[in-house]
Amino acid sequence: MTQRVISVFLPRWPTDRLARMQDKAAPSPETPIVMAGRVGRRRAIAHMNLAAAKAGLRLGQAIAHATALVPGLVLHDLDAAGDGMALQRLALWAQRLYSPTVAADPPDGLVIDATGCAHLFGGEEKMLIDIRQRLGRAGLTATVAIADSWGGAHALARYSRRPIFVAPTGALGRELADLPLSALRLPADLVLALAKPGFDTIGELEASPKGPLAHRFGLDPIRRLDQAHARQPEPIEPVFAPETPRAARIFAEPIGAPETLARYLTALTVELCATLEDLGLGARSIDAFFHRVDNRIESARIGLSTPARDASRLAKLLCEKLETVDPGFGIDKMVLAAPGAQPLTYSQDEALGGQQRADLSGLIDTLAARLGPEAVYRLASADSDLPERSVRKTPAVDIPAAFSWPVDWPRPTRFFPRPEPIETLALLPDQPPASFTWRGVRRRVRRADGPERVFGEWWKADAELARSRDYFQVEDEGGARYWIYRDGDGEDAASGSQRWFMAGVFG
Amino acid sequence: MSPRPAPAALDALRRKVRALETQDRATRAVLPFGVSALDKRLPGGGLSLGALHEVAGGAEEALYGAAAARFAAGILARAHGEVLWCRRQADLFAPSLAQAGLPPDRVIFADAGDEAGVLAAMEEGLRWPGLAGVVGEVGRLSMTASRRLQLAAERSGQMAIAVRRWRRVADAADLGQPTAAETRWRISALPSSPLPPSVPGVGRPRWFLELLRCRAGEAFDIELEACDAKGHLRLPAPLAHRSAGADAGQGRAVA
Repeated sequence: MTQRVISVFLPRWPTDRLARMQDKAAPSPETPIVMAGRVGRRRAIAHMNLAAAKAGLRLGQAIAHATALVPGLVLHDLDAAGDGMALQRLALWAQRLYSPTVAADPPDGLVIDATGCAHLFGGEEKMLIDIRQRLGRAGLTATVAIADSWGGAHALARYSRRPIFVAPTGALGRELADLPLSALRLPADLVLALAKPGFDTIGELEASPKGPLAHRFGLDPIRRLDQAHARQPEPIEPVFAPETPRAARIFAEPIGAPETLARYLTALTVELCATLEDLGLGARSIDAFFHRVDNRIESARIGLSTPARDASRLAKLLCEKLETVDPGFGIDKMVLAAPGAQPLTYSQDEALGGQQRADLSGLIDTLAARLGPEAVYRLASADSDLPERSVRKTPAVDIPAAFSWPVDWPRPTRFFPRPEPIETLALLPDQPPASFTWRGVRRRVRRADGPERVFGEWWKADAELARSRDYFQVEDEGGARYWIYRDGDGEDAASGSQRWFMAGVFG
Repeated sequence: MSPRPAPAALDALRRKVRALETQDRATRAVLPFGVSALDKRLPGGGLSLGALHEVAGGAEEALYGAAAARFAAGILARAHGEVLWCRRQADLFAPSLAQAGLPPDRVIFADAGDEAGVLAAMEEGLRWPGLAGVVGEVGRLSMTASRRLQLAAERSGQMAIAVRRWRRVADAADLGQPTAAETRWRISALPSSPLPPSVPGVGRPRWFLELLRCRAGEAFDIELEACDAKGHLRLPAPLAHRSAGADAGQGRAVA
């Protein structure tokens, strides 16, 4: 599988973080803020917010100069160490949500190995949108890009001028060609040196012969080029919270056979479960990392619906994930981590005489590991009279106590996600149609029940204030029963379009 | 000249073969329908718990499998425990399941991307004890796939129900292909039970129930009223020789 890497760029990380820490006391976004750092013996602008940039300030400008230029400038000292630690915490947060392999990309970014993770979010683009939205809600400006390599994604997140960038697989060269050399993560003086003989873009550097280039500028530019074009691997060392229970093993001889991998994975799981037992914890998720000899780290993740430390069950779940792990030329290190482990709770059996519920968390975890965590659930009732809003998904381990669905009004076995328009022959406004045509077939209504009037929920949207629908259960001459409704009360145009729809089929 | 085998030895051999055939079976428990016209024609007096059963809809029902799904829900409503419902299309309406006797606390849904995923999820579910049964909505059901389900069901003693559902009515011809299922049912809608002429509305739904295949039993068909809120079927009034409620409440599994 081609590696897919997400790079998150936080252009305003220090000021965004400051605003987050000050919370309500934070000045308005229009206030120019600069962060002072030291260049030699001079205090200079190391970072600034958008307002300060608009006021005409530049990075590297002397602080004394800046305060003279912009009245009302808010000045803070850059806290590089604090920013770095906060970035580590942000990486842990992203690790919990998105992928086992996440690392801080200091000073102002994150790198996420999204290989095999994007489908859980409905595709790469949706995953990037999700990341950007969540960061946005936390008050962080971000641009994100996904590409085949860390270097490529890093460059695109910072220089593509798009908030979200999905580089198609295998087309990195074209995407990178026009970007400036500074996108290559090279030291600033090297970029300047390269600019002298006329190298401005990555494409130009890529097109020039590598031998003379290495001779003149050293191996750095070529290494960065190869990394950006995914020709040379660049491992992403995942972050760990210091308290995360872990188990690791290093192999003298790289292993690769699936059976061997499974055997060591099982042994490591037993070790991890012993650690968990010492701590009195149960795992809520387990991340497995496979360090390959070619410097790539493959990963797999399982989630548990309830805290668990049953080694045989967890090992089985992990071994099922092995098929997504490509061992390449061999694996020389294996690490298991249980982030977010929680105290293990023992549930008491239900009251004496009551029926004991079977523990299905093992089944739920197994299915969730195979089909994805969103694919295993229960359906509970939601407080709404509208049929399409009356059902909500809940986690499969949560057992709904009761439901509020009507018992007297029959509900169809199949409910169409989108109601289908039908053509009807209606006789009276408050009667069901005498016949209707659905999917090209005309059906005569033999018997009918209804109407069951459902009103719009004005507290959800103003437009629903006057709306209503009339539902009927109708039976055709063959005995097939359908749930149809009229959008509106049949008289008042404000109550709906008065058109008829097929909502579902009874069994 | 070899001596003729003694009948006792032959009996012993038969017993041995029988033991081999059934050694993996947890139990031969059955779940009666509580409708004697149905139960007395099924081997063991009901649907085997540790077995795969197939349910399909006739005519247009082949597309929606609505009656088939309700029939399956009704059966499992009378069994004890939770139900795993594996599906590809998320159009099963939970309020209707609750009305067929499967409230939200008894159903776990698993959405698989394709039919192979549905079958794999069913098989996984059958391995976990404590379920009342596993339902899967599939179109194609190969001999191999059904055999795996049947074996998994036999081993754990849990009921597997394949609700056959096709994308086109023509594909329903697939129902003729042999599978390893113990029983195969087809359900078609009939005009509902008549109400008194002065009463408007739709009567209790009625089904034409065909048992197309039954291992160690005979095929038959019967007209029944669809299952109620507790999963009980009922003979239509003119056909019933006695009150349907007499033994309808004893629908629990018996060994």
